[in-house]
Amino acid sequence: MKKKSVYSYWFLVPMLVIYVVLFIIPIAISFFFSLTNWTFDGWSFCGIENFKTFFTEPSLYSSIGNTFIYAFLTSGLKVVLSFLIALFLTSGIKTKTFLRSVVFFPNLVSMIAVGLTFKAILNPTKGILNQFLGVLGIDGRDWLGDVSTALYSVIGVDVWKGLSIATVIFIAGIKSIDTTYIEAAKIDGANGWQLLKSIIFPLCRPAMNSVILLSLIGGLKSFDLIWAMTGGGPGYATDVIASVIYKQYAAGYYGLSTAGNVLMYAMIAVIAFPLQKFLLKAEEG
Amino acid sequence: MKKRKIKYLIGDIIGLTVAFFVFIIPFMFIIFNSLKDTKEANLLKFSLPDTLHFENYIEVITAKDNLFLTSLKNSLILTVGSVIILVLVCSMAGYVIQRRRGRFMSFVNFLVMSGLMIPVAILPTIWVMQGVHLYKTLTGMILLEVAFHTPLSIMLYRGFMANIPVELEEAARIDGCSPLGLFVKIIFPLLKPITSTIIILNAVTVFNDFMNPLYFLPGSENSTIQLTLYTFMGQFSSSYNMVFADVVIITLPMLILFLIFNQKIVDGMVAGSVKG
Repeated sequence: MKKKSVYSYWFLVPMLVIYVVLFIIPIAISFFFSLTNWTFDGWSFCGIENFKTFFTEPSLYSSIGNTFIYAFLTSGLKVVLSFLIALFLTSGIKTKTFLRSVVFFPNLVSMIAVGLTFKAILNPTKGILNQFLGVLGIDGRDWLGDVSTALYSVIGVDVWKGLSIATVIFIAGIKSIDTTYIEAAKIDGANGWQLLKSIIFPLCRPAMNSVILLSLIGGLKSFDLIWAMTGGGPGYATDVIASVIYKQYAAGYYGLSTAGNVLMYAMIAVIAFPLQKFLLKAEEG
Repeated sequence: MKKRKIKYLIGDIIGLTVAFFVFIIPFMFIIFNSLKDTKEANLLKFSLPDTLHFENYIEVITAKDNLFLTSLKNSLILTVGSVIILVLVCSMAGYVIQRRRGRFMSFVNFLVMSGLMIPVAILPTIWVMQGVHLYKTLTGMILLEVAFHTPLSIMLYRGFMANIPVELEEAARIDGCSPLGLFVKIIFPLLKPITSTIIILNAVTVFNDFMNPLYFLPGSENSTIQLTLYTFMGQFSSSYNMVFADVVIITLPMLILFLIFNQKIVDGMVAGSVKG
């Protein structure tokens, strides 16, 4: 008889029961219900009708584009800015401990609280941003009420909040670099830029990949902030898939709402999985 | 050497100035306005209050039949409950996933890691919750938060386990330790640093969660702390002092947690996730 392993499968059972029943099974079911007209009392099969509606109704398909813009912009900005901040905060400056806490602080405040606060700060007539710009002689605008700026304003606030966790990951990445590499490079006469390019940057790849993926996926799923700041408006200018899912649910179109969920899966399958593979490959090679 | 010092000093000044405008002003703005009277707060000015109105806080706490206190209780039960279960369940699972090999284990690992990317299927989840009679219950919400935060917690535990030498376990096994005893007495205590990280990360996320309770725990008797903000925004839409007072008190518990665990967050990340 085979000797029993100390790493008993029983250790996995509690996790698997909770995770599979409450997370995996609903996902599996969603593919079916996205093809139906559904209320909790009953359902009727309607083929790909829900998806057709999604791609023909302007109020719905604009959300797909917005989700892309939102995810890519927030992710890109977070990666670049938080890397620079992390470099700055791991340098020899004296106030770095204090500044690290300050940068981390927004992470403690909930998205919904951040959203409501910035709604006040961005207020077109009274908000402090426009008053500050006024002092500098720049005309402010109705950041959240104007179709052309609403989405980008929410993106800006998302980046403001999301920098904290990205910066922590980069700081952890930079700190875990063996200092002997850096010292050796310095002895060889490397200047700051060479040090950054040939040592810090490549050795931070794992941290960078984590930040890219986490923020991109977070962006694709984003709901709280948009809901608190604009509710998807003005018009449908800031509607993303997650807010459409909620709106269709509130309106009683459960099948359509679930189709939104499935579209989100498709996006993740098309973007996030290949990106992860690509990043892992780049990390190794 | 002197030139370097000046460079760092300039860095300090720039860093502090930018941090002041970008991060500190918004927080001062919240606190100042939470202490103003309604008329003054609605001007949304960045200024010290003319007179201090600490009673705003009491009003927020007692508004709508102590909705705030009910919500605080719910949020605390939800946060503490799900964090405890997460730590217990995921430390065990992460341990076995890291140590054991084989086709079944790769499948489990794949299943769990996909959860890092895949969003929750909302309406089917409600449907399943109704099926197991846990919809609109705090117990159900706790189990949901556990399910949603399992992937990240397991990833962190698994990463940390990789640095714990196997020899320890072999020695214990020769001494006749049972698998469970081995885990409880030897492994779990060694996981302490990453457990702290997992506690704070999950506590902050669950406590600040808005979307999931909105969907899975409706009803005012089930309200959580983040939903009060949403309710008050409707009720107090013309009194920003109340909204900001609410923002301050719902952030305080996390601030306290942060002050206790501050250093551990980065340490845990260095040890666990990044090295993977």
